[in-house]
Amino acid sequence: MKGKIEIDQELCKGCGLCIQVCPKKQIEFSDALNKKGYYPASFKERDRKTTEKLECTGCALCAIQCPDVAIEVYREEKEQSTTAKKAAPTDE
Amino acid sequence: MKKVFARPESLKLTPFHYCPGCGHSIIHRLVSEVIDELGIRERTVGVPPAGCAVLAYNYFDVDMAEAPHGRAAAVATGIKRVRPDLVAFSYQGDGDIAAIGTAETIHAANRGERITAIFVNNAVYGMTGGQMAPTTISGQVTTTTPLGRAPLRDGYPLDLSEMLGIAAGSVYIERTSVSSPKWINKTKKAIRKAFMVQLEDRGFSLVEILSPCPTNWKMTPVQSIRWVEETMMTIFPPKVIKDVA
Amino acid sequence: MSETKEKKKDKKLMRGSHVLGEAAIRAGCRAYFGYPITPQNELPEYMAEQFAQMPDAVFLQAESELASINMVMGASIAGARVMTSSSSPGISLKQEGISYIAGMELPAVIVNMMRGGPGLGNIAPAQGDYFQATKGGGHGDYRLIVLAPAYGQEIADMTRQAFDLADKYRNPVMILGDGMLGQMMEPVVFPDPIDPAQLPAKPWTLTGCKGRPSRIIRSLWLDVNREEELNWRLVRKYEAITAEVVDQEMYLAEDAELIIVAYGTAARIAKGGVQRARAMGIKVGLFRPKTLWPYPSEPLARLADQVDEIIVFEMSTGQMVEDVRLAVEGRCRVSFYGRPGGVVATPEEISRVISSTHHRAHPKKVAGGRASGGSRLTVVG
Ligand SMILES: Cc1ncc(C[n+]2csc(CCOP(=O)(O)OP(=O)(O)O)c2C)c(N)n1
Ligand code: SF4
Ligand code: SF4
Ligand code: SF4
Repeated sequence: MKGKIEIDQELCKGCGLCIQVCPKKQIEFSDALNKKGYYPASFKERDRKTTEKLECTGCALCAIQCPDVAIEVYREEKEQSTTAKKAAPTDE
Repeated sequence: MKKVFARPESLKLTPFHYCPGCGHSIIHRLVSEVIDELGIRERTVGVPPAGCAVLAYNYFDVDMAEAPHGRAAAVATGIKRVRPDLVAFSYQGDGDIAAIGTAETIHAANRGERITAIFVNNAVYGMTGGQMAPTTISGQVTTTTPLGRAPLRDGYPLDLSEMLGIAAGSVYIERTSVSSPKWINKTKKAIRKAFMVQLEDRGFSLVEILSPCPTNWKMTPVQSIRWVEETMMTIFPPKVIKDVA
Repeated sequence: MSETKEKKKDKKLMRGSHVLGEAAIRAGCRAYFGYPITPQNELPEYMAEQFAQMPDAVFLQAESELASINMVMGASIAGARVMTSSSSPGISLKQEGISYIAGMELPAVIVNMMRGGPGLGNIAPAQGDYFQATKGGGHGDYRLIVLAPAYGQEIADMTRQAFDLADKYRNPVMILGDGMLGQMMEPVVFPDPIDPAQLPAKPWTLTGCKGRPSRIIRSLWLDVNREEELNWRLVRKYEAITAEVVDQEMYLAEDAELIIVAYGTAARIAKGGVQRARAMGIKVGLFRPKTLWPYPSEPLARLADQVDEIIVFEMSTGQMVEDVRLAVEGRCRVSFYGRPGGVVATPEEISRVISSTHHRAHPKKVAGGRASGGSRLTVVG
């Protein structure tokens, strides 16, 4: 796994935009409501059906789209020179 | 692993009151990121409007002064004129900037005020419950155009940004969107450039951002970002409207 | 003001609107925003001319009074001593911003050189905006401090006072004059200029959050309890203002049996009327409120105990008369004489009003006098 994300379950409003934009289909809705009454998004490391290991690239597209700044993205450091440059949200 | 995406410093931890999927919150984050990256947090004053973003002062961790509905350009002008060392930005909805505040905005642009306007175009009056906005597109159903906006009765959608482009004092005007990560990145670049125009003391800058309002459009967040790209963009095409290099 | 030889040397002959502008600059005002309207254009023109030579000063002709009052708001938020001016129709447009400025507790000085109304009216001196100035004017529960100068010297002194009060109480202050006051050439001795850099720091302004937490200046209080709290806090502030700033002039009032109440230009005319009536042997005095809000109700009430009747003279159809009645609380008769619409009464006219009122009040005292029958003087004009 090159990257991973952490979703703040209480900041999340379950809008589903991250799920829509993740190229690796790495995010799903969770089954439990959060305190605000939304079904928050959660990061899945394996596909539920095939149990195949999914590959989050740490591209941060989910976090860029997330309206509620609920997602933090982590990436393996050595990948930085290639992937980070392309997707780092703070880039020009 | 290294954290590569986190909340910007200029954005307080306060959870947003905005509806799920609302574009306002994305735009708040982008403005905060730009403020952080330009290192101007300690000399920025923001002027939020009356509109869904009226509580923006609770989110930005910079000095914030609320303006009456539509008057943000005038309030920002007053701040910037007496303290040119500050960075003044207004944050306004389409009703705020393109209906009740049209005069203030056009004249601020024409005077080349060194202020930056963040113009959130969601084609409705969000805060007051989804009434027709100046930017509501023809045929669009709102609570005050129940059969759809009929231009001969309700007027045509107003392209304020194009009008502002004509004003001699405007330096940089771009229309973007927050409907996808690609557009969000473009929007951030545009916001950064708009602030740079102010920092370089060149004149008025504005970024119009097509922004989903799933609640009043009566759509899911995913449907609403599609509507931005498939429908709104045909009436308000994203582009650089003016860039006086 | 005592006139030592030194002071005499400093005396300048200037028109009222220029006096106001000069006094504002000497009070440390470095920002002016306005929109042209007669009869007050000499004031912005003076500011433009002076500020053109002051690199740290901001003069801006805005696109409307709406814009200019909101620019005033911004400049005040950023800490400036700031002023705007207009005349009646323009002041109506400023009301939105004035309400916000009062609610946000921002200092600002607003000048209204009143003209004939309602509507576009005319450009002649009038006093039809008394209610608007003293009862709020915009929406919500708030008050302006309203100063009503009647002489050039007073314009100079009250303008200084206006800026000081605005800062002290973080409240908008209105200087209420009229076209005549603005045009009149009078000798004036100005207070010494203040260096704005020496003014006390304002710990609430928005100047960037360097070295401190970020600040918010807001006027939205969705929590009704906090809005109520703000309203009561404003009331306590208004009570403190009332205790400190109430001011009035009393002229020949000591032995008066009859008092005429008037402010601003109307008071100057009334003073002439009083002098003429005194020459006829009528014991009449003048009570001139210098602050219209807070209103000098207590000194007026004390006078009401001493006199038979109070005549209120206004260049309107009768607005301040309501405050007089409230102050007097039935202690004596209150009658009204008004010339609205821009008509300027003459001192002779006022002396006739005084004498006919006097004859009615004292039919026996006046040998061969003709007592007028009416129980109350009504609006003439
Ligand atoms: C003078 C005045 N008129 C009307 C309103 C009510 N009002 C508040 S926000 C708003 C419009 C909001 O629409 P927009 O500017 O598009 O912002 P949005 O809520 O969609 O973000 C209106 C009409 C007001 N606050 N002040
Ligand atoms: S970082 Fe990229 S791959 Fe990983 S979850 Fe987010 S969008 Fe999917
Ligand atoms: S985009 Fe953000 S708020 Fe929306 S579902 Fe994903 S994590 Fe939650
Ligand atoms: S009503 Fe629309 S603009 Fe307002 S917060 Fe909700 S989604 Fe956003």
